[in-house]
Amino acid sequence: MLETLLDILSWLLLSAGGLFVFVGGVGALRMPDLYTRMHAASVTDSIAPILIIAGIMLQAGLSLASIKLAAILLFLLLTGPTASNALASAALLAGHFPEHAKPLDGESKQ
Amino acid sequence: MIVVFDVFLLTLLLITAFAIVQTPNLFVAVMLTGIFSLLLASNFFLLDAADVALTEAAVGAGISTVLFLGALALTAEREAAPSSNRAIALLAVSVTVVAIIYATFDKPRFADPGAPVHQHVAPWYLEKTREAVDIPNVVTAVLGSFRGYDTLGEVFVVYTAGIGVLFLLGKNTSRRQDDLDDAPLGLRHYLIPRMVGRMLIPFILLFGLYVQFHGEYGPGGGFQAGALVAAAIILYALLEGENRALRVLPRGLLKGLIAGGALLYGAVGVVGMLLGGKFLDYSLLSSNPVQGQQIGILLIEAGVGITVTGVLLSIFHAFATRGKF
Repeated sequence: MLETLLDILSWLLLSAGGLFVFVGGVGALRMPDLYTRMHAASVTDSIAPILIIAGIMLQAGLSLASIKLAAILLFLLLTGPTASNALASAALLAGHFPEHAKPLDGESKQ
Repeated sequence: MIVVFDVFLLTLLLITAFAIVQTPNLFVAVMLTGIFSLLLASNFFLLDAADVALTEAAVGAGISTVLFLGALALTAEREAAPSSNRAIALLAVSVTVVAIIYATFDKPRFADPGAPVHQHVAPWYLEKTREAVDIPNVVTAVLGSFRGYDTLGEVFVVYTAGIGVLFLLGKNTSRRQDDLDDAPLGLRHYLIPRMVGRMLIPFILLFGLYVQFHGEYGPGGGFQAGALVAAAIILYALLEGENRALRVLPRGLLKGLIAGGALLYGAVGVVGMLLGGKFLDYSLLSSNPVQGQQIGILLIEAGVGITVTGVLLSIFHAFATRGKF
C-alpha cells in the first residue's frame, strides 16, 4: 500500500519535473531576447531538478544513493543560478541590454 | 525500453555533430562540442560503461571545453572561409564513410553474447579478478593490473602531449608575471560566481580524491580524478586570476607533477622487477599477493592522477597566459 503510494508520488514528481524541463526548453526557443530566454531556461536548473531528484529519491528510498542524490541536488541548486547570474552579468558587461529597457542609472546612452 | 533512450541520444548526437560542422561561429562550435561530449557520456553510461562515461564527462565536456575556449581567445571567433578544394574533401569523406559503413556489416549484432569481445579474454578477466586482485570494480583491475602495460602507455601518451604543448606554447613569460595580477573588469559583476566558486572548490577537490581512491570499488580512477582536480584549480584560476593559481601550483611544480606521476608508475614496475618478478608485477609488493596487487593498483592510479592533473593544468596555463598578450 505504502509502496504504491510512494510510486504514485514519485511518478507525479518526475512528471512535473519533466514538464518544467519541457516548458524551459520551449521558453528558451520562443522568448524574444537573451534575458527572457534565460529566465525561461532557468526553470530547468531550479525547480525541475528539485522535482526530478525528489522523485528519484523516493524510488531510491533511505539509502546511500539518496544521500548522493541530495548532494547532487545541492550542487545543482548552487551552480545553476550562479551560472545564470554569471551569464546575465557577462551579457550586460558586453553591452547587451534588454529590449525596451531603460538605461541603468543613466550611465549608458543606449 | 533502454533502446529508445539509445536511439534518442544517438539522434541528438548526430544533430549536434551536424550543428558543429554547420556553424561558422567557433564559439558556438566549442559549446556544441561540450554538449556532444555530455551526450556521448550519457550514451556510454547507458551501455554500462560508467568509468568511460565519467572520463568523457570530466575531460570531454569539462576540461577540453575550457581548453578550446582558451585557444579561441588567441584566435578569431569566426571560421575562416572554406578552401577551394571542397570536391576533394567531399570525395575523401565519402569514400571513408562508405568503407566504414561496409565494415559495420561484419560487426556482431548489438549486445550479442557470442561476440568475439565477450569470448576472447573478457571471461578470463571476470573470473580471475576475484581471485587475483579481489576488488569489486573489474574495470580498474583490468586497467591497472591485467593491462598495466597499456595504461603505462596511455600515461606516457598524456605525458608526451603535455611536453608537446609546453614546447609549442609554454614559452617563458616570467618577466611579465607582475602584469598578470589584474583586477577583473567590473568586479561587482563577478562577486556571486566568486563566492560560490570559493565555496565549491574544496568540495570539488574532495570529490576528486574520492574518485581517485574509490576507483577500486566504483567508477573512477586516476584519469577522472586528475581531470576533476585540474578542473578545481582551473576554476580557481578563472575566479581569482592566473597569478594566484600559479602561486598555489607554480610551473616548476607542475612540471614535477607531470614527470613525477609517470615516474611513480614506472617505479612501481621497476620495484616489481627488483623484488624478483616481472615488470609491473604487483604481486610481490606485499607478502600477500592479492594485497600486493591492491597496493600496486593504488600506487599506479595515484601516478596516473598526478600526471593527468599536471598535464591538464600546464596546458591550461600555457593557453591562458598567452591569451593576455
